[in-house]
Amino acid sequence: MGTYFFKRILYVIPITLAVSFFCFMLVHLSPGDPMDAVVSADAPREVVAMVQAAYGFDRPLPEQYGRWVVRAVQGDLGLSTANGRAVTTEVFGALVNTLRLALVASLIGFTLGCLFGTLAGYWQGSLLDRFVTGIAVGGVSIPHYWLGMMLVIVFSVELSWLPSSGAGPGSSSDWVWEWRYIRHLILPAITLSVIPMGVVTRTVRAMVAEILNHDFVEALRAKGLAEVRVFLHVVKNVAPTALAVMGLQLGYLLGGSILVETVFSWPGTGLLLNNAIFQRDLPILQGTILVLAIFFVLLNLMVDLAQARLDPRIQRN
Amino acid sequence: MSITLDSQVPVAAPVSAPVKGYWQAVFSRLRRDPVALIAGLILLIILAMAIFAPWLAPQSPYSTSMLNRLKPIGTEGFPLGTDELGRDMLSRLIYGARLSLLIGVMPVVNAFVIGSAIGIVAGFVGGRTNTVIMRIIDVFYAFPAVLLAIALAGALGAGLVNSLFSLTVVFIPPIARVAESVTTQVRNYDYIEAARASGARSLTIIRRHVLGNVLGPIFVYSTSLISVSMILASGLSFLGLGARPPMPEWGLMLNTMRDAIYVNPWVSVLPGVMIFSVSICCNMLSDGLRSAMDVK
Repeated sequence: MGTYFFKRILYVIPITLAVSFFCFMLVHLSPGDPMDAVVSADAPREVVAMVQAAYGFDRPLPEQYGRWVVRAVQGDLGLSTANGRAVTTEVFGALVNTLRLALVASLIGFTLGCLFGTLAGYWQGSLLDRFVTGIAVGGVSIPHYWLGMMLVIVFSVELSWLPSSGAGPGSSSDWVWEWRYIRHLILPAITLSVIPMGVVTRTVRAMVAEILNHDFVEALRAKGLAEVRVFLHVVKNVAPTALAVMGLQLGYLLGGSILVETVFSWPGTGLLLNNAIFQRDLPILQGTILVLAIFFVLLNLMVDLAQARLDPRIQRN
Repeated sequence: MSITLDSQVPVAAPVSAPVKGYWQAVFSRLRRDPVALIAGLILLIILAMAIFAPWLAPQSPYSTSMLNRLKPIGTEGFPLGTDELGRDMLSRLIYGARLSLLIGVMPVVNAFVIGSAIGIVAGFVGGRTNTVIMRIIDVFYAFPAVLLAIALAGALGAGLVNSLFSLTVVFIPPIARVAESVTTQVRNYDYIEAARASGARSLTIIRRHVLGNVLGPIFVYSTSLISVSMILASGLSFLGLGARPPMPEWGLMLNTMRDAIYVNPWVSVLPGVMIFSVSICCNMLSDGLRSAMDVK
């Protein structure tokens, strides 16, 4: 038991290092000199050399990587070349907004997914099942940026019920759980919740249907247990997998929110990344991806550990 | 020793049933699946649209007209309205099928070839080679797919080739993983052992005994990725990282029409209807194929 947990936690170290190497190389993959964004093309050669030395671009790549990692561990991811602000501040400021959106979206998606999946699994083959399965396939097939546009058209343009962009009244960035802020969250959260809804529905439906076929369910019913109690047994069997799927989905939402954030101008990591790409702000690009990827690695770790704790069979593999 | 006796009883095939090939069986099963049939039909129609675009489109997808900007659906001469530069929406949707299908399907095709190769080699060779390859693959799993695609496309810069490349990289790891696990299973079967014992070389074994058994499951899995790939490829164009204006491409069309939702909302969402149709049909056909081929 202890060894599995220990091994799984240790495994995070090489993965994180590899991820950081990938993020470091991203900047060097990109065409053009990263210096171009800092100094103008007609700057005198001495100035270029000076700035290069200041940024450490004149050193060999492995050394640059080593320095970058050491600084990153200390929480210093460099400065934005677009506005000169610290990358760490920018990324974590945006990450809070993205997390809020992703958490609400996964909560909606998870609740609906479990509900739909259980209904469809219990009455497999019924009309309800077909309807729910259709919704689930739609949920995983829909281009969510397009769904976002449709929701804006219906609820913002046609009905004028909800705002179409931003994360609060005016340009305020401090979130409060009040209606004037929450109304900005509704449309992007619903848009983003469609994917986990579809995935969770499919998973839960398949599992419920499978578990109902097990002999133990028949035995429970045969001994006269109320259907509600039988259902509890089913829930117990489905819960670990459903939770694990949801945990991973939350991670995918963090990465996947970029398109939705762009549609709704939600000030999260997606919008930050999008702006960084078009301003060629490579430190921000690198920093955002690094933070999101590490977050995803840790989330994976927690999902694995939680699942192993709930279902001891996993540790034996 | 009744067990040995049992195994000697010949399993006679029903005399009347004609011996059908595997693919024949798959297709006859697919034919009886109405959902998969309809999905396949819609995909064929859209594919035909792409191929015969010059004959089907009533107008050029590039000819702009300042006088006819943002016409609603049902305008005379523009059955599906016009976009923000007065170009005929119907023609652009038809021509858009070409690029959108290409950039949506190509990454999966590329990844199918490369990922299968990597996975089969890793699974067949096993041991340390397997560990090294699969650990490298694991690194890519540390990124959510969308993030990886956008990170690569963003770092490489906008453009069709870069977006194709990024998406190919995104789909190689999952396909390689499936290929590896299927191959590892097949590798341990007795007939592989027998082939090796009779002196067959590794390449021959892979070609004659492994490929036929692993390509089916890998293929089915890959088809399930096409839907995601369509959404992501058009998504990259939507962000401005894939196709460039004035190319007709559904994701890019959605992007350029975004400001028009206040003027003429329902025309601007039409490209999304196309992406959604292709994506959902791919998913349904893939599900049908999965059960028809009896793959887990």
